[in-house]
Amino acid sequence: MERSSASLWRKIRSRYNLVGNTCENCNANYFPPRIVCRNCGRKSKMVEKQYKGDGEIYSFTKIRVPPDTFKDEAPYDIGIVKLEEGPMVEGHIIENGIEPKIGGKVRVRFRKMYVDGDEGLIYYHYKFEQIG
Amino acid sequence: MSGIVGYGAHVPIYRIKTEDIARIWGEDAESIKKGLNIKEKSVPSRDEDAATIAVEAARRAVKHAGIKATEIGAVYVGSESHPYAVKPTATVVTQAIEAGNKVMCADLEFACKAGTAGIQMAMGLVDSGMIKYGMSVGSDTSQGRPGDALEYTASAGGAAFIIGKNDVIANIIKTVSYTSDTPDFWRREGASFPSHGGRFTGEPGYFRHITGATKMLFEETGLKPSDFDYAVFHQPNGKFPINVSTQLGFDMKQIEPGLLTPIIGNTYSGSSMLGLAATLDIAKPGQKILVTSFGSGAGSDSFAIEVTEGIESKRSRLDLVRSIIEKHKKYIDYSEYLKDRDSIKKT
Repeated sequence: MERSSASLWRKIRSRYNLVGNTCENCNANYFPPRIVCRNCGRKSKMVEKQYKGDGEIYSFTKIRVPPDTFKDEAPYDIGIVKLEEGPMVEGHIIENGIEPKIGGKVRVRFRKMYVDGDEGLIYYHYKFEQIG
Repeated sequence: MSGIVGYGAHVPIYRIKTEDIARIWGEDAESIKKGLNIKEKSVPSRDEDAATIAVEAARRAVKHAGIKATEIGAVYVGSESHPYAVKPTATVVTQAIEAGNKVMCADLEFACKAGTAGIQMAMGLVDSGMIKYGMSVGSDTSQGRPGDALEYTASAGGAAFIIGKNDVIANIIKTVSYTSDTPDFWRREGASFPSHGGRFTGEPGYFRHITGATKMLFEETGLKPSDFDYAVFHQPNGKFPINVSTQLGFDMKQIEPGLLTPIIGNTYSGSSMLGLAATLDIAKPGQKILVTSFGSGAGSDSFAIEVTEGIESKRSRLDLVRSIIEKHKKYIDYSEYLKDRDSIKKT
């Protein structure tokens, strides 16, 4: 077991449900959540925001030489998704028989990201599925 | 009595054909396809487990119900493949649907009927006024020992049902259970694969409990097979539900809409619940559905359900079960199947 429970626990809402935040002062949306708004600095009014999880592929790449954590998954697709609400989010694009394409519409899905050895925690995470 | 407010389903996209499994073990695919009435089965991808399947189904159920997840006061997940031995799948589901912290939560295990047991528990809580809505999920990535007959059927999938009294799509008229200590199928702590009693799983297990519960339901409601438009029985293979429906006096037309095992295999805790979901997908107001689950060990839960007018207005929010099954199907061969199921020894 290598990873700590606390680091998983802190990020659960972001990882399960794309919970980021928005600045009520300038309406800028962020994911992952930021403590201070890039535009407003100390005038920031940050409030929690859950993104719907719909968006489109801004860019993607096929990983054929993966890090050890994902060595049994390769080849797999990683993309940058532009969410409908604005933020750009990096995420896995799950296989569903449709080859990813730039501009492809995606929807958020719930999957395992990695498993910490034989006895550690299972890390669940958002991933994206191209739907059109 | 409470009823169904919404439901959702999930089935992984991967499929393996009966021929591909039979070829590895030198068996006659045609006789197996005929004997078990199974063409292919679903296989989870490497990043899916009973929790991810439960979450996908649960999210669809919340969307279909059109309620706030924070109104759900209880979440139960039935499975025999919970990812953790200790740490609930139900808490993952509760968090993933953002149901908040004021929620009763537990994992259930009763072989293939833990999900319908959860429906009964949710009904009790709703009818007593303790909660407004309760959710029960049946989800599994079931295990079949390589070379065992179970390997042809053990598959993956799940369904979630939200129980409540408001805005129901179907009323649950009555539910009863028939239970006994029957050693037909089991898996010991730490064992990778289940064991079973071969033919003993049939008459003393499946048939005795399904007919026992269903006849008990008939007695207590005064209903008979011809009163039901549809019937769903647990589907360990494609043959048993047909045989038991004939024994009980139902015909193929009544069970066909919910008979999914021939095309996805036995999703264990998801099996009868997915069958019910597929039947509700096409049911019309006023129609009656009989559902009898079966869990080895052993027991059956039987439900008499009557569809309400409310089903029509919520249908546009549904992901239909047969559409989920057929939309993105990808066939894998036996070696890919072994890799997906982590069955290849590396050290």
